[in-house]
Amino acid sequence: MISFCTFTIQIMGMEKDMEQLFQEKIDKEIRIEPKDWMPEKYRQTLIRQISQHAHSEIVGMLPEGNWITRAPNLRRKAILLAKVQDEAGHGLYLYSAAETLGISRDEMYEQLHSGKAKYSSIFNYPTLSWADMGAIGWLVDGAAIMNQVPLCRSSFGPYARAMVRVCKEESFHQRQGFEILLTLSRGTEAQRRMAQDSINRWWWPSIMMFGPKDDESPNTIQSMKWKIKRFTNDELRQKFVDICAEQIKILNLTIPDPDLKWNEEKGHYDFGAINWDEFWQVIAGNGPCNKQRLDARKKAWEEGAWVREAATAHAAKRAQRLAEKRA
Amino acid sequence: MKQYINKYYYGDYGEGKNGAADISASGKIQHEWPLWEVFIRSKQGLDHKHVGSLHAADAQMAIENARDVYTRRMEGISIWVVESKYIHASNPDDAATLYDPANDKAYRHPTFYDLPDELTHI
Repeated sequence: MISFCTFTIQIMGMEKDMEQLFQEKIDKEIRIEPKDWMPEKYRQTLIRQISQHAHSEIVGMLPEGNWITRAPNLRRKAILLAKVQDEAGHGLYLYSAAETLGISRDEMYEQLHSGKAKYSSIFNYPTLSWADMGAIGWLVDGAAIMNQVPLCRSSFGPYARAMVRVCKEESFHQRQGFEILLTLSRGTEAQRRMAQDSINRWWWPSIMMFGPKDDESPNTIQSMKWKIKRFTNDELRQKFVDICAEQIKILNLTIPDPDLKWNEEKGHYDFGAINWDEFWQVIAGNGPCNKQRLDARKKAWEEGAWVREAATAHAAKRAQRLAEKRA
Repeated sequence: MKQYINKYYYGDYGEGKNGAADISASGKIQHEWPLWEVFIRSKQGLDHKHVGSLHAADAQMAIENARDVYTRRMEGISIWVVESKYIHASNPDDAATLYDPANDKAYRHPTFYDLPDELTHI
């Protein structure tokens, strides 16, 4: 019993040293790789963040998938297909990165399907018109890029590498979205109205994507220290608002915020109060499409079960035949 | 007892992880598809480089999936896949004993040798 206690104390003492060494590495901008020692909390935080990000990519395919068959022409359809395929790819890069931390793919799916894991609240809003493909590309992907570019320098190597690929591909997503809105904004009065309506619906949910205000985001300080996060939610949100407030001028449309105006003193745009009640409601599962999205994922998983099993059985049979041939 | 230190000895994935899917006596599949590491040659003349991993039932499916996941924008002209369980990796705890000895052998580098400036083509 005594020896057991000593052992534990030694291990705990070592843990403290390890944690110090770990922080020194982070401070020196040395990337952490999967086999390196890391605090359990760092591992857990990353698993949560990366898997949540992966789930967002996969669930994010649903609102856009809704419009593939109804794209207005072949060019738009091909682009939308490629974009949705990219989202699938991004989900896969990210699931792989999370798996290096010791969680299995099936566990992550299980967490998504049971509602334990979250995904970006934005995908719980419906896509009601074709213009929404434009607003999603411009605003939703724009906000995502704002979040993701700093993640290319995340302290965790596999996550940073995945994000480099994601960011490279994401830029076409945003540009194609703006192009859709630009085309509509130069079209008929009905098309202009459709574009404006879409921006009206997507603007506020997009700026909520950056997450709660800094003083209500308790994990931010530790995540910044570990360089999992490089900027705070409010910093990124402000950057995004500043950029969009200028870009909207090219569309000759308006951002649905009467309080949005340039503040000479601050060198930034001021903007109106965010409806945080709505944000927390959507996170809690009460958004317009939460149930629909999760049901679609669960259905895909359940109806794909026989394919997964058949492929495994086929591979086993083929391996066996090969072995027999060699014998 | 709480486990304080996690070590991952093989690949990036930890020893606990079973590679190949296996089928129990009842015929029910127990595990997810095995994990494969993907290596891509971006163009003729360059090495294959590790790009990530994916799950697939067998090598052929792993290559097909790698084509879709990792080469959507002409990133490659050749793909290697290897099941992750076959990758053996050095332990980061051994880094000092493995790599530090190279530090004090500066004479292995051409700049170590101080030679007259007029000496050319060397």
